[in-house]
Amino acid sequence: MTAKKKTNEIDTSTMVKNPPKKFHHPYDELLRKYAIPTIYCPGCGIGTTIQAFLEAITKYTDIPHENIVVISGIGCTGRASGYINLDGFHAIHGRAIPFASGVEIARPDIKPVIISGDGDLFSIGMGHLAHAARRNIDMTVIVINNSIYGLTGGQDAPTTPVGALTKTTPYGKISYPFNLSQIAIANGATFCARYTVYEFTPLAKAIARGMNHQGFSFIEVISNCHVNFGRRNNLGDAIAMRKQFKKARVRMTEKDINKDWHKTDIEFKVGVGFTKIPTGIFLEEKERPIEFSERIVNAYEIKKS
Amino acid sequence: MTIKLQPKVLTGTHFKNGNWAIVEGAIASGIAEFFAYPISPASEIVEYVTYRLPAVGGKAAFIVEDEIASINMCIGASWAGSKVMTATSGPGFSLKQEGLGLAYMTETPLVCVNIQRGGPSTGLPTFSAQGDYMQVQFGSHGDYPAIALTPWSVQECFDLTITAFNISEQVRSPVILLLDGDVGRMMEQIEIPKKEDLVIINRKRPPPGTDKNSFKQFDITGQDDLVPPMAHFGEGYHIFGTGLTHKDSGVPLLDEDLHSELIHRLYKKVEINNHLYPKPEEYYLEDAEVIVIATGISARSALQAVLDAREEGLKAGLLRLITVWPFPKEQIEELAQRAELVVAEMSMGQLIWPVERYARKPCLLVSRIGGTPPSPAMILEGLKKARKK
Repeated sequence: MTAKKKTNEIDTSTMVKNPPKKFHHPYDELLRKYAIPTIYCPGCGIGTTIQAFLEAITKYTDIPHENIVVISGIGCTGRASGYINLDGFHAIHGRAIPFASGVEIARPDIKPVIISGDGDLFSIGMGHLAHAARRNIDMTVIVINNSIYGLTGGQDAPTTPVGALTKTTPYGKISYPFNLSQIAIANGATFCARYTVYEFTPLAKAIARGMNHQGFSFIEVISNCHVNFGRRNNLGDAIAMRKQFKKARVRMTEKDINKDWHKTDIEFKVGVGFTKIPTGIFLEEKERPIEFSERIVNAYEIKKS
Repeated sequence: MTIKLQPKVLTGTHFKNGNWAIVEGAIASGIAEFFAYPISPASEIVEYVTYRLPAVGGKAAFIVEDEIASINMCIGASWAGSKVMTATSGPGFSLKQEGLGLAYMTETPLVCVNIQRGGPSTGLPTFSAQGDYMQVQFGSHGDYPAIALTPWSVQECFDLTITAFNISEQVRSPVILLLDGDVGRMMEQIEIPKKEDLVIINRKRPPPGTDKNSFKQFDITGQDDLVPPMAHFGEGYHIFGTGLTHKDSGVPLLDEDLHSELIHRLYKKVEINNHLYPKPEEYYLEDAEVIVIATGISARSALQAVLDAREEGLKAGLLRLITVWPFPKEQIEELAQRAELVVAEMSMGQLIWPVERYARKPCLLVSRIGGTPPSPAMILEGLKKARKK
């Protein structure tokens, strides 16, 4: 047997030394270059979402970068915080939200942004999401919903549509999926939006709008896991899946929904794929709701003497 | 609502219980937040802290949705620059294990109080026990060096809480305050010193003028105590923390050499700062032929047994452990050479494992479970039996 090859060694032979400016990433400064290459498969929607987030914080919001903390849980999306050159933390599975709550309560001037997956936030970490939304803690939750557990190899998640084939539902998924936006709103989120990775600019703008919102803001990103979900359900590659998102998306406003949140349900047909993905800003509390840190300050007044 | 500002340190003599003293110790240490879930017999801590902390200008003290959230909120608040504490009992401590593992890996200072109750499972909720001793060191998966302190009186609950915070800030590690339910709820006289007489130590911070772009959160260059200075969120250092094996910048790298280096450093860090941990208390050890080793409420019982034995002419002694993890191995090794050892505890035998390991000979176990500590008579009998061997 030959000597064990050292892991994580990057093959530098194909690297271009001093690449010309046009090869630079537009948000080079905001990425931890030494952490790249990423773990993501080519065409993954998480990369798109990270870039949308970076665009949001540079173009569409004035929040100082110093005051943003990116927190993620476990999973493919969980690695996102490690690639972004801001304060960040990679919490344990499902516990990104309590960690962020702790940060926000200790330092109310900080804006925690959670970028994590559907499995992390809605399966193992569902209880925390409900309570953070109930308390209206000033944080932005960006959940990347790819309908599957990607990092562990394609097991069915609580967001996997009925009938979909995965590694652990070889005869088709039996149980119903969650409508994540509906859950967030039902638990008290004061801002809720959903976009697919196809809609890059509206997504970036929605992230910024959610971050400017004082209180619990929730942004659901419908993403493509063509490697684990698309491949087994015959949805094609990354491009094909995004084309499907383009076809299936239905833009909806608060007025269209008129508080009937079932209208925001995602439809999926076995063998065909996504047939309806309602997107848009579903909820934005117009009257500024009082977020938790402010409520703590206003709760009592300390009398000296 | 208007509330009256209260002093941070309640200097003077009080007649209170251990849970009360822990809260006073934590507030005197300067905690800003407290997150917990109600659980007997630790509920008194959260009840009292929610009354006390806002009145001294603390930021927040409230009940959170579950035990897991409380430990993770503590880690978040600690990374944002606060001193934090959480309190629980056995079942909650089990739930907190994964979070505690994260705190060890990310070198997060915090204090977790565990008021032990009968187990396993729901067990004896309002009764006392000493059955979580092993869980402190081996409860979370993987290898990590635990630090745990065990008081035996209400006075010590106050003093050791301050010590626990000082250790956790200096070593950048979680510290467990491991009490049995009896010490937590026992009423005793307690003397709180003046504010200026208390020694409060805060964590090491990056020196002023540190280059924010090149700062590394886990860099120990030039640190003799192997403790990296800690930057906080929102200061522009762009710090990153992860439970994955990481480089000194905090960025994950799954490499076997790096993992080995990191875990060895964490162990060495706790070992090298050994002088910070309270030493065991010795009673009548000079000429002792048989020595009982105990902690918490069992040690009180054992002291009575030692006095009774001395009256009967049996040269007995007591070694009361205060720092239970890291285990005071040198002292046990030394004592085992000149005396027989007896371990008295409120479990089926947990403390006896490391004692026997370092004594390198069988020791006698006096165990009693079900909420009552081993009585002085039981321990005296054990002392006699061990002497006869």
